[in-house]
Amino acid sequence: MAQTLCGNPTTFKTDIAIIGAGAAGLAAAVSAYDAGVHDIMVFEREDAPGGILKQCIHNGFGLQRYKEELSGPEYAHREYAAALQRGININYAATVLSIEPNTTLRVLSPEFGLAHVEAKAIILAMGSRERTRGALRIPGTRPAGVYTAGTVQRLINLQGIVPGKEVVMLGSGDIGLIVARRLVYEGAHVKMVLNRSHFSGGLRRNIVQCLDDYGIPLRLLQTVTNVYGRDRIEAVGVSEVDKPTKQAIPGTEERVSCDMLVLSVGLIPENDLSRAAGISLDRGSQGAIVNEQYQTSVPGIFSCGNVLHVHDLVDFVSDEGERAGRSAAAYVQNEGAPEQQTATTRIVPGNGVGYVVPQLVTPAAHDDLLLRFRVRDIYHKPTISVKVDGETVKTFKRPILIPAEMVEIHLNAQLLAGHATAEIHIEAGQNS
Amino acid sequence: MSKQEIRHYVCVNCPVGCDLEVTVTDGVATQVSGNACKRGIAYGLDEATDPKRTVTSLVRVTGREMPLSVRTESPVPKKLIPECIAALREIDVTPPINIGDIILENICNTGVNVIATKEIN
Ligand SMILES: Cc1cc2nc3c(=O)[nH]c(=O)nc-3n(C[C@H](O)[C@H](O)[C@H](O)COP(=O)(O)OP(=O)(O)OC[C@H]3O[C@@H](n4cnc5c(N)ncnc54)[C@H](O)[C@@H]3O)c2cc1C
Ligand code: SF4
Repeated sequence: MAQTLCGNPTTFKTDIAIIGAGAAGLAAAVSAYDAGVHDIMVFEREDAPGGILKQCIHNGFGLQRYKEELSGPEYAHREYAAALQRGININYAATVLSIEPNTTLRVLSPEFGLAHVEAKAIILAMGSRERTRGALRIPGTRPAGVYTAGTVQRLINLQGIVPGKEVVMLGSGDIGLIVARRLVYEGAHVKMVLNRSHFSGGLRRNIVQCLDDYGIPLRLLQTVTNVYGRDRIEAVGVSEVDKPTKQAIPGTEERVSCDMLVLSVGLIPENDLSRAAGISLDRGSQGAIVNEQYQTSVPGIFSCGNVLHVHDLVDFVSDEGERAGRSAAAYVQNEGAPEQQTATTRIVPGNGVGYVVPQLVTPAAHDDLLLRFRVRDIYHKPTISVKVDGETVKTFKRPILIPAEMVEIHLNAQLLAGHATAEIHIEAGQNS
Repeated sequence: MSKQEIRHYVCVNCPVGCDLEVTVTDGVATQVSGNACKRGIAYGLDEATDPKRTVTSLVRVTGREMPLSVRTESPVPKKLIPECIAALREIDVTPPINIGDIILENICNTGVNVIATKEIN
């Protein structure tokens, strides 16, 4: 167990420190434990485990991992039970303030005050946060009644508060779609869901079962160009969007009355701590640049789950947590992995690919190398090709690829050995 | 002459969201294609005749602000969803509650129970 040394602030020493007790952090803790490292400390700023799963009361979780369709809280409960069974030390209301040199954390908690946690390895599992209106730059007044979808979900599902009755939603990410259905169940009228681009950011199943089932119109290529109302929102201005330039078309604005505007414009990995610690980030994924061990540019620091890249399936988050947990355990057991920066292959997103995780593959990679990525557009019957030095070494066929769904491919790492870069391209069968 | 028609659906059973083609012959769903797994067949046949959905919702907890999350144990007919939601609105539960506890038996005569998805001590 962690030992407390005297002095001020408190100092803890531990083998592995994990930031966040969501799906990623819990799976990382359990797998590191099962790999033989038992001295683990998990820090969670909220007062319960599960992260975002706590507020996701809809079903659709765990089909891969548990072969059952569970709700978010049920999935979280199983993951938490596994950690509990192993006696893993989870500290609640414990916020990590910064990551210091030598894999040390500064943590604040009402229980032990300010503490320094000297770890041998750190796993980043901080999840993601929602984009906000600031990031969207909607003109107009700043009245009450503008919420992000995640906030509405938390208010309804965890606090029993329904913050509006006549609703316009901007953005059709999965959280928004799920929240639209929830609002209908709570007696609100969801007038329309607007989407700036020509495809939805949400999964098709959610468009069917959250919008189509309740007759909520999804208006593609439309956006909010104004917010009206003094104290409380009264209406929004809705305009058409020009597809090629993605700009609102002047003169097309329609006034739509509402008492709530919900923003569902996506999640971004929560990497403020990582950035401040000098960890290299990928512009595409907005998460850390990692190798196939899920190790970041700072030796001994690993990353997994939504803080590494935004996932649509929690099953993959848990899988990634397990991989990072095992790697961190091996790192601790080997007292720091051997330097392998030479002969590393860089994986580069090619045509149609937004980002690829991991971004780096070392010669230590196993035959079965897993790559996860997102595409930039909708592709029907595409071919995914892996190229090294301009030559295609492997192809994969898929029925359909859409930006809302993460793609997985398995590759023999031998194919990349000795090459400085490898590229992943999407070749359209028919691009729509 | 029998009348054949092809209908298109997206399977919502799992996040893969397969594009299904359901052949409807004389008003009866007869064949499903496009499904990546067996569950898609049952879904496609149902969707063309009597669509079903799992309902997830909330019920009030006596003396608490935070509601209890619940779901139907299996999918119920889509056309009964408004009634199911209304039935759940009438309920108050009292802690302690465990995951899997039956909150409402045979909701709206569907033969399906509603269970708790969260623990409340
Ligand atoms: C609305 C919504 C619907 C979804 N629907 C589905 C679905 O139907 N099916 C499916 O499979 N997946 C779904 N997902 C995806 C999946 O649930 C998430 O990708 C997954 O739960 C993310 O887990 P995580 O551990 O990476 O992040 P999180 O759950 O966000 O956990 C991160 C944790 O880190 C803590 N933390 C952050 N910073 C600090 C700090 N500095 N100090 C201490 N603690 C900190 C946070 O409090 C949080 O508890 C959905 C996601 C959302 C948001
Ligand atoms: S057919 Fe099977 S794989 Fe395809 S969406 Fe339905 S349940 Fe998922």
